Amino acid sequence: MTASARSLVFDVPGWPGHLPGQHVDVRLTAEDGYSVQRSYSISSAPDGERFELTVQRVDGGEVSPYLCDVLPVGAEVELRGPVGGWFVWRATDQAPVTLVAGGSGIAPLMAMIRARAAEGSRVPFRLIYSVRTPDDVCYADELRRRAREDGGLDVHIVYTRRAPEGWPGVPGRLGLAELNTHAWPADFAPNVFVCGPTGFVETVSDVFVALGHDPRRVRTERFG
Amino acid sequence: MAFGAPLSSTDTMPIVSPGFTGRRQSPDVQLPPGQYLAEDFPVLTAGPTPRVSTDRWQFTINTEAGQRYDWSWQQLIELPAEKITTDIHCVTKWSKLGTRWKGVSLDVLLEDVETAADFALVQSYGGYTTNLPLEDLIDGQAWIAYRYDGEELTPEHGGPARLLVPHLYFWKSAKWVRGIQLLLEDEPGFWESAGYHDYGDPWREQRYQGD
Repeated sequence: MTASARSLVFDVPGWPGHLPGQHVDVRLTAEDGYSVQRSYSISSAPDGERFELTVQRVDGGEVSPYLCDVLPVGAEVELRGPVGGWFVWRATDQAPVTLVAGGSGIAPLMAMIRARAAEGSRVPFRLIYSVRTPDDVCYADELRRRAREDGGLDVHIVYTRRAPEGWPGVPGRLGLAELNTHAWPADFAPNVFVCGPTGFVETVSDVFVALGHDPRRVRTERFG
Repeated sequence: MAFGAPLSSTDTMPIVSPGFTGRRQSPDVQLPPGQYLAEDFPVLTAGPTPRVSTDRWQFTINTEAGQRYDWSWQQLIELPAEKITTDIHCVTKWSKLGTRWKGVSLDVLLEDVETAADFALVQSYGGYTTNLPLEDLIDGQAWIAYRYDGEELTPEHGGPARLLVPHLYFWKSAKWVRGIQLLLEDEPGFWESAGYHDYGDPWREQRYQGD
């Protein structure tokens, strides 16, 4: 992971399985009974009774610092799910797929990329992943490997603050030109999944509509 | 898809999270179970934000008998409006207290509508739908809101106008509202078809089907 994100793997007896893109509700309870709930996207492919959540630490947050820094390995956690039937990719759908992630919005999209490989799907995938700096790329090694080995998966990373040494181009926000170049064109009627902070998702989904995509094929998940 | 009871086997005894203390809200803040206080106003939508010009905007009520009532933007804003200050509760766990709105009560819009319907399917520009009992739209419980916090309602938050039904989870308060189909039988809307609760009372924590 990165310095500020942690992947948590849960074994859940009786887990019914999930569709890539779904989330779970996590409930934490303090000793005096005080409890809070938050939703986290599943980042793993369906895999029996096991799944993974990727949690980005939000400094000053009530739940994410606990999940990232305190929750001990082996602890039990109350979970509910899988939840959500809209922001999901089904391997039976043959349309090409564009994935656009802002920061930790990569988590549910990673579940789709991993499920595609696990199912041996040949549906062409393009991932456009916006991060601040090279240190903020989640699953960096895995994405590099998959871009090489998973036939039909393209990975394009956009750096908004600082790019790696020798990177062609300058750091900057994801815009129309980049989406027009690296996403599937509207003519191909792709399924588009956009996940990230609210402002990012608003901007990116507006661009897709402006580029002629059917708004009903642009599925979004916002946080923050 | 699987929804339903918590997966933990300890339905009655919550699992204590080792080392978790959390941040208590001040005791005079009353929130529905499982909700936390948001200071900002998060946006939650399934897809891109539709931009609807008020020139083309129309609000329509269709009855179960096929009768149609409609209002243009100009007609809507000339109707008597109310200022509403209310708490709102999103199913994704945030609540926001004391939000300020202005809009037209559904009591005004339904006043001359003849219907025997028990249910309503609310429809939005962009194709979104949500269902609720008609009795939850009347008696001062629901509005077509077009101003938020003293300003025009922005497209991100459902402008030019959205439904406001604050006593239910906020997905029932359909953004970009364009009409209501009155029905004799309940018909699930967009999120309700995807596993969310048909009614959605935050105080009974009716998040998902089966709650």
